[in-house]
Amino acid sequence: MRFLPAGDLAVLVEFDEEISVEVNTRVRALEFLIQQKALTGVVETVPTFRALLVYYDPRAVGYDALCAAITELLPQATTAVLPPSRLVELPCCYDDPELGFDLAAAAERLGLSTAELVRLHSTAEYLVYFIGFTPGLPYMTGMPDRLQIARLDTPRVRVPAGSVGIGGIQCCVYSVESPGGFWVLGRTPLRLYDPDAPEPILLRPGDRVSFRAIDRREYDRIAARVDARTYRPVIT
Amino acid sequence: MIRLLDPGPQTTIQDLGRFGQLRYGIPPSGPVDRLAFVLANRLVGNPDGAAALECTLIGPRFEVDGPCAIAVTGADMPVTVDGREAPGWTTLVVRPGDVVKLGPARVGVRSYIAFSGGLDLPPVMGSRSTYLRGRLGGLEGRALRKEDRLRVFAAPMPRPRRVARRAVPAYGSEPTIRVVLGPQADRFTRAGVGALLGNAYEMLPQSDRMGARLSGERITHSRGHDIISDGIALGAIQVPGDGQPIVLLVDRQSTGGYTKVATVCSFDIGRVGQVRPGQSLRFRAVTVDEAHRLLREADTVLETGLREEIA
Repeated sequence: MRFLPAGDLAVLVEFDEEISVEVNTRVRALEFLIQQKALTGVVETVPTFRALLVYYDPRAVGYDALCAAITELLPQATTAVLPPSRLVELPCCYDDPELGFDLAAAAERLGLSTAELVRLHSTAEYLVYFIGFTPGLPYMTGMPDRLQIARLDTPRVRVPAGSVGIGGIQCCVYSVESPGGFWVLGRTPLRLYDPDAPEPILLRPGDRVSFRAIDRREYDRIAARVDARTYRPVIT
Repeated sequence: MIRLLDPGPQTTIQDLGRFGQLRYGIPPSGPVDRLAFVLANRLVGNPDGAAALECTLIGPRFEVDGPCAIAVTGADMPVTVDGREAPGWTTLVVRPGDVVKLGPARVGVRSYIAFSGGLDLPPVMGSRSTYLRGRLGGLEGRALRKEDRLRVFAAPMPRPRRVARRAVPAYGSEPTIRVVLGPQADRFTRAGVGALLGNAYEMLPQSDRMGARLSGERITHSRGHDIISDGIALGAIQVPGDGQPIVLLVDRQSTGGYTKVATVCSFDIGRVGQVRPGQSLRFRAVTVDEAHRLLREADTVLETGLREEIA
């Protein structure tokens, strides 16, 4: 573990040089402890795979004092301190080529039937390592090894928000329309980022995520309720 | 009420920013040049965080329908009130029906217009700042358009003041921008870090509130340009494979996987944001301790920067 200054208002607390649930859990546990103890001078925190960026106000706490206070919390930064995680269900329509436009090609590349690909993808449980890059975008782990696939040779210029994609060892849900190199297997009618909603962000670091396969009719029905703001996501 | 007659190319509503949301991927937004923004608010008697306008390269033209005070700071845009020239960095009293116009910036990029009382809009996630890419906050999450109408909170007329000459930043020359090396300076060659600190870098026109894109001597990596994605601090100087630096600003992505050679100090972010395309800047490294001392100095300049206007 080491502290790396990130300008005059932030310090990066970097754990091991690897991506793993174990390391990421320590990152999130440290973040939780910093918030819980309301460490003097801390403004906000950004967890990622293996590092926690801590923004602070140097008028309230010095760099060395802050690093010392964080060091004191480190031994307790384990799974034990984290509150129980939420399980968020994302309905996902796979079987409409308009929404899951790469499903057939991905299945062929992986040597699976589309039904088998959907089954594998929708029965796995994913863990949100962190949210980042664009508003509400989850970085997740938990994809079955069988679904590892090289990214698209030519990234798409535009992938619609809600698209559920796979690439490398990752599964991704686009929170806003953006360019992307993932194979799009389907789409969720839920909004991971909705600037007009009272709570614009659906997922949080540490959430578990599952996908429920739905048909196009159900997709349209849920999408209409999302538009009308009458849909409540299934969170347990 | 303020009625926009001509919004200018990119005029947005900002306050000091939306904090606590970076862990959800939402940047703070707020003014690029915080010092100029805060001084504008203080000149009209507002709290530092009152919502005001940030204008880019060319200012807006608007009509006010009630008496209020305004102040224009930041980039040097020629100001007229009802056709008469008016100074920047000074409290200006405007009357109902007055048309205020800001012309193209002669020096600098971003100007700020504060209104006594502050702009009255509903805060979104605790802030009125506009985040354009996320279509969040401000007025419908977008830049202002012709015929937009903005309400202003009622407030007493402030006593007129001006910013002391020594507190007015100079945006013109080739500024030296203070940076703290890291968090990934060790991923660059000595020559690469030397290039960053030893050469002038030119501002590119693709720069925006997300990042200032610069061009100059290549900053070479020692072990590749990708890292395991981590958080991106305000002012992080990200260097992708082409070796050209990008200074990440208030609308930055919250996380990313490029190496960051150094981080611009908070008190120099506004100076980066005032460098015009084609104009250059230089970087100088300071320690964290030095940066904190310089930050306190910058605070002192701000606290003592306003003078009573002698009528």
